[in-house]
Amino acid sequence: MRKRIHTPGLLRLLPALLAVALLFAATPLRAAEEKAEIDVKEAVLGHMSDAYDWHITTWNGHHVSIPLPVIVRSQRDGRWHVFSSARFGHDGKETYEGFYIDEERQGKVYERGYDARPWDISITKDVVQIWINIVILLVVFLTCARWYRKRNVQDAAPGGFVGMMEVLVVAINDDLIKASIGEKHYRRYAPYLLTVFFFLLVTNLMGLIPIFPGGANVTGNITITFLFATITFLFINLLGNREYWKEIFWPDVPTWMKCPVPLMPVIELFGIFTKPFALMVRLFANMLAGHAIILSLTCVIFITWQVNALVGTSLSAVSFLMILFMDLLELLVAFIQAYVFTMLSAVFIGMSLPEHHKA
Amino acid sequence: MQNMPSILTPDFGLLFWMLLAFLVVLFVLAKFAFPAITGAVEERKRFIDESLKNAREANERLATIEAKSAQLLKEAREQQAQILQEAKRTGENIIAEARAKAQAEGRKDLEAAKAQIAVEKENALRDIRSQVVGLSLQIAEKVVRGSLADDKAQQAYIERLLAEQTQQP
Repeated sequence: MRKRIHTPGLLRLLPALLAVALLFAATPLRAAEEKAEIDVKEAVLGHMSDAYDWHITTWNGHHVSIPLPVIVRSQRDGRWHVFSSARFGHDGKETYEGFYIDEERQGKVYERGYDARPWDISITKDVVQIWINIVILLVVFLTCARWYRKRNVQDAAPGGFVGMMEVLVVAINDDLIKASIGEKHYRRYAPYLLTVFFFLLVTNLMGLIPIFPGGANVTGNITITFLFATITFLFINLLGNREYWKEIFWPDVPTWMKCPVPLMPVIELFGIFTKPFALMVRLFANMLAGHAIILSLTCVIFITWQVNALVGTSLSAVSFLMILFMDLLELLVAFIQAYVFTMLSAVFIGMSLPEHHKA
Repeated sequence: MQNMPSILTPDFGLLFWMLLAFLVVLFVLAKFAFPAITGAVEERKRFIDESLKNAREANERLATIEAKSAQLLKEAREQQAQILQEAKRTGENIIAEARAKAQAEGRKDLEAAKAQIAVEKENALRDIRSQVVGLSLQIAEKVVRGSLADDKAQQAYIERLLAEQTQQP
């Protein structure tokens, strides 16, 4: 009796997991026999990539997905064509109004007879995910803001959800933005950095939900991190003060290092671009890696089931535990990466506003 | 570029929508949400600071008031003691004075009475003396008149007179 109490929780859970895995053993086993080899790279990349429809599941060889609007400008007639992605047919191989999805070229829409890509502002899976996240952000923060508008200073401080959001906002605003940029200038940048933080946080978290309202790999797409890094780059270099530019072109180093060969200025100039580049790649790579690991671990289940039921069951249990661990880790990473991106943006912005030249 | 996975290459359409979505959310949140929250927090911070300052001031004021009231109380007690003492002394003085006065008065009355008595006595003595003289004269007159008539009769007469005299007050 005493011993059973001391048994670790996971070990007690393991038989149950195995039982569940065995229960589902029959269907995948049959499917595995029929199906060809699983292409892990294709499966992982496919799940992480943007798409013209929102794939939910595949049931008996039928794709169940939400079709999304395709918006492309034809090179032939110069007009915008708007149609549902369902027009590309069930497996996405059909041509509609001269447009087709080219699997060889990143699965993007191309026009028959033209080699160049048409202008394409389709509402893709990532775009839908972005708007869902933005609706969440607006609902959350406008609800909080309304709470404050309805009360005055002498009322009690908020508790519950509004209190939690207040703690987060104040922590980012005071301990991160104000601390990194400085009391004097931070107000100009605070709305941007706060919005970036919360957008990235919500997007990272939504990316972890495997089913419909979430699951699109948005922050693990370089387009998104490129945009935020570019905006930060513009903030740094357009609003940087004279001292900042002086430190780039005439830094405080022995003269021979900057004249006649402008060694340090070249390095500093290079640094202008490496900083936002590091921002872009860090967030992108971290989120991509997290998704890739979870998806790969999920693929382990399907691959091992192709071997035999015993291997499939046992390795699926291991894989399940590792996916659980990775998901928990990714929860942490979702916050950390949003925080780090905001913090580094704030630090770089702070560095573009040096108060006085250090002697 | 086209051989790379699509997540590694920036896509114009996604960039466009992301920028649009971000500008929308930035505009709304920067205008309606974040200022409301940070403003409320700052206002609360100011309110708390002010309240603390007020409380500190009130405490200080209370402390000085307490000190002042203690001082007042002490002074009042001292004054009370002094007044009581004075009152006691005054009371004693009054009693002593009254006693002295009463004694003096009593003595004076006694003396006056004594003087009166003396005067009365003098007067009485003087009266008696004059009456005695008068009586003596009358007796002497009558004795002289009787002796002139008869010795025996004189004798009897004098005795009768004497008797009369002694009977008469």
